[in-house]
Amino acid sequence: MSVDDTAELVIETGAEGRAAVLRGPFTIHTVTAAEQRFRDLDPAQALEIDLRPVTGFDTAGAWAIAALTRRAKAAGGSCAIIGATPSMEALLDTVTKALPEGEAQAPPPVTLTDRIERLGRAVAAAGGALAGLSGFLGLFLARLVRAVVHPREFRLTSLVHQCEEVGVKAVPIVALMAFLIGIVLAFQGSAQLRQFGAEVFVVDLIAISILRELGILLTAIIVAGRTASAFTAAIGSMKMREEIDAMRTLGLDPALVLFVPRILALILMLPILGLIANAAGLLGGALMCWIELGISPAMFRTRLIEGANTSHLMVGLVKAPVFALIIGVVGCRAGMLVQSNAESLGRQTSNSVVMAIFAVILADALFSIFFAEMGI
Amino acid sequence: MAQDTIITLRGVTNRFGDHVVHENLDLDVHRGEILGVVGGSGAGKSVLLRTITGLQRPASGHVRVFDNDVYEAGDEDRAAIEARWGVMFQDGALFSSLTVRENVEVPMKAVAGLDPEIAHALADLKIAMVGLPRSAGDKFPSELSGGMRKRAGLARSLALDPEIVFLDEPTAGLDPIGAADFDALIRGLSQSLGLTVFLVTHDLDTLHAVCDRIAVLAERRVLVSGTMDDMLCVDHPWVRSYFHGPRARAALHASEEPH
Repeated sequence: MSVDDTAELVIETGAEGRAAVLRGPFTIHTVTAAEQRFRDLDPAQALEIDLRPVTGFDTAGAWAIAALTRRAKAAGGSCAIIGATPSMEALLDTVTKALPEGEAQAPPPVTLTDRIERLGRAVAAAGGALAGLSGFLGLFLARLVRAVVHPREFRLTSLVHQCEEVGVKAVPIVALMAFLIGIVLAFQGSAQLRQFGAEVFVVDLIAISILRELGILLTAIIVAGRTASAFTAAIGSMKMREEIDAMRTLGLDPALVLFVPRILALILMLPILGLIANAAGLLGGALMCWIELGISPAMFRTRLIEGANTSHLMVGLVKAPVFALIIGVVGCRAGMLVQSNAESLGRQTSNSVVMAIFAVILADALFSIFFAEMGI
Repeated sequence: MAQDTIITLRGVTNRFGDHVVHENLDLDVHRGEILGVVGGSGAGKSVLLRTITGLQRPASGHVRVFDNDVYEAGDEDRAAIEARWGVMFQDGALFSSLTVRENVEVPMKAVAGLDPEIAHALADLKIAMVGLPRSAGDKFPSELSGGMRKRAGLARSLALDPEIVFLDEPTAGLDPIGAADFDALIRGLSQSLGLTVFLVTHDLDTLHAVCDRIAVLAERRVLVSGTMDDMLCVDHPWVRSYFHGPRARAALHASEEPH
């Protein structure tokens, strides 16, 4: 029953739009033209469709005839089919029975009210997400206290493993990133300050910007991209495969087993990573100062000690645990929001990275205002 | 009775590394029949389905569908073959970013000059033919139950009125009522649309209710093929325990009851 797709369906309509003879294949390839011709027929008449010369017939053809028959019935006319083979009749019968009632409903137009409603829902959802995050933070703190009170329930092995994952393995990328930032600062700073003959202050520029802001902020951003997504993916896939539910039925608390080691590892590791980033950044800056400005490492050191005091370092590092808490809580909570399909895992993973980075930058801005007000 | 053979496998060997799944496998599928392929877990039933549908190139051997070698056909011949078969994967394999109706319309996009409204109406028709409610057309696959996803997958495989439909475990994971409905659906569609059906299954009820012929996959080849009555007479340990086990007897009684 192979049908040539390119063959034409010839429709001969009789007098007064009452009869049609179909010749050739009547399939999905030819149904568009046939349906247009069928629309020209007057459904209120007693119609006759002659299928004898039809060479191919599929559900699309049967659909066109069934739809025409229905239109004819609705308009008070009739539609007689002539010359259908038994297999055509069987197909026609199946299609007529399955033909959905009535026309498909058009989606209602979007009104201003809908838009406002959507906006309201988005705001409410954002508020809900914020409340959920603070609830999650509370859960983490409660379990942390529990782990302190009942140290036997705490998973030390898991903590060490997570420290390696989020801390040790992140050292190369963090150090390289900070080293390059130091080079860029030295290069750009020297180009600008040379105009005023103030090249030597490049050291202050590098030291203060890296120690106070860039070292820890960029480390937190890299860790947010690296670790928040890993937390979400790991916990999310466990949620997807019902491992979290299995833990609960076995009397294991997912918060204690999964979240506490992860977030705690991050809180312990991020200040160390920040310190490494600071050192690498200063090293990159010193190298560039030496090459570009001829400031020797010894001179760089002297200038560093004179120009930057330890308060800058403290201002930088004090932010690290807060950033770590934000990244960990956002990453773990996004994992728990994963539903039982792979799509939601992907969506939550990318959400958690975006949200963690955004929250880290927001927190950094708040810290800046705070320190400025306090005059530190 | 001379039968028109629509799928021919000759000397097909499939292996993954050292693990040989099929060795010198021969199989014929005749036009208009419903062939059920059974075999133990890991016997390579799904691999066989993938081999025939061009997804898993065999290490050696020939796969001919509609008198064309699937793996040696040019791009155009291959596309022509693919337009004449439909595949329903185990969990429907629906495109998750599209609604059910859009999923069914995907194969129709290949038809030149098909009016979008007609494609829409035809998709609604196919959705109704597989027994889904009209509202299912606007839903996304993630909003459907497993049984509905399978039906939607079947609707998509039927979009272009194929001559052969491949079904991978059509009743796996369905409750007995849903599975019986699906069996009736396959039987009914194959009769009214004149389909050849190649189905891989574990479900003895499906074998009894639907299949004209059964092929048993064991010892890396098609061990035997024939009707259910033939299967009951085969004297091979695996085949005996499969068709004479407690579940098999229950399915046999169930299929004989209405008579």
